[in-house]
Parts: sequence; structure tokens; C-alpha cells
Amino acid sequence: MTTCKHATELMSQGMDRKLSLPERLRLRAHLLICSGCRNTRGHFRFLREAIHRHPWYPDSDDGLDKDA
Amino acid sequence: MSVLTPDEIQNSLAAIRPRLLGFARLQLRSAAAAEDAVQEAMLAAVEGASKFQGAAAFQTWVFSILKNKIIDELRRASRTQADVDVEAALDEVVAELFDEKEHWIEMPAAWGDPHASLEQKRFWEVMDACLTVLSASPARVFMMREFLGLETDEICKELAISSSNCWVLLHRARLGLRECLGLRWFGENAT
Repeated sequence: MTTCKHATELMSQGMDRKLSLPERLRLRAHLLICSGCRNTRGHFRFLREAIHRHPWYPDSDDGLDKDA
Repeated sequence: MSVLTPDEIQNSLAAIRPRLLGFARLQLRSAAAAEDAVQEAMLAAVEGASKFQGAAAFQTWVFSILKNKIIDELRRASRTQADVDVEAALDEVVAELFDEKEHWIEMPAAWGDPHASLEQKRFWEVMDACLTVLSASPARVFMMREFLGLETDEICKELAISSSNCWVLLHRARLGLRECLGLRWFGENAT
């Protein structure tokens, strides 16, 4: 049985490398029964998206050349 | 579009300087180191500015110079700072979040529509505060991954750490940030 801690490790690593098939299956089975980890998956994805839209991120929405 | 004039180069650099500084400060966690990196990047940029047509391309290029300066500086910092025991550092976070069976002590709640937050100035203040309270080694790896866009094998190489340590640090940074934003912005219950 996959623990929540291990599930969060897999979700985090899934953002940095391709998970193996057994890893994906274990994670999927855990997510079916664990709303805390489902929420966490959304939060991890949101973190990445948020950083890329950070006001100081080089390519973020408001554009580098706004004052140029 | 024609080649940038010296005036245009000056104006262009002045316009993005605050943003360069903010970007560097958040990652280097030191105002002085950020000033140095931005200064060096701007000097290097002026020397190569004649290759560029248009301010936008020039500014993008200045950012890419700054990114490389920041990576150099992070690499230096990781060598000089006493490296914390990675596993021990993670255990400390994990002990607060998970019980002895490694299940959540406090289940993370749904965040509603988090994207609406991105439009709010106050959200970014909280985000920056949360990034700042992360401890140094997870923060460094997280910044290289998410802000500088490096792949984990590049980060491992730059910092001379194993890929499993890299993943441990990224996991810790993400859990720490999630927890901090959950408590301080999205209103999850404090225990």
C-alpha cells in the first residue's frame, strides 16, 4: 500500500522525470482513495504555474518590453 | 527595426533593472549578491548590445546573461555553505506533516480557484515570503528547477549532488511551499 508520503514523492518526481509504469499505477491507485493527495497534486501543479507567472519571471505575462 | 542607440540601451536597461534585481534577490537571498550579479550582467550586456535589434530581444538576452550569473553564484554558494544533512532536513518536515504510518496528519484541502490569486499583488508578497522561509538547500534546487528552468540532471551536475538528493530537496521544497501557501494564503486550518 502506497503511503501519502510516498505518493507525494512520486507526484513531485513526476514533475522532474518520467515515472515508471509501476510507479504510475501505484500513484493512480492511491489517488483514487486519497483526497488529500489529490489536492496536493493540484497544488504542486499550481506552484509550477504560479512561479512561471511570477512578476519577476523573465517571460511572464506583463512582458519585458512594457517600458521599452 | 535598427540597431539600438546608446540612449536606447541605457533606457532599456534602466527599465528592466528593478525586475532583474527582484529576480536575482529572490534566488540569491542576499541584496548584495543580487546587486553584484545584476551589475555584472548589465555590463556584459552593454558590450554585446550592438548585435541586437529592438529592445525586447535585447532585454531577453540580458535576462539570459543574468540567469547564468545566478547559476554561477548558486554553485559557489552551495560549495561554501555548510551543507545540511539532506535526509535529516526532510525528516523534520515530514515529521510535521505525516504520522508514523506516513499518512497526512492534516489533509491538504482544496484551494478553490487558485488562479484568481495570481492577479493579486498581496499573493506575490505571500509567495515571496514563503520562498524566503524555505531553508537554503531546498530553495536553491527549487529555484534552479522552476525559476531558471534547468533539468534535474543539470542541477545535479552544477551542485555536485546525486539525483536522488535532488529529488528529495525538490520534494521538500514543494511540500514546504504548499504548506506555507495553504496556511498563509488559502486558509487551510492551522493545527
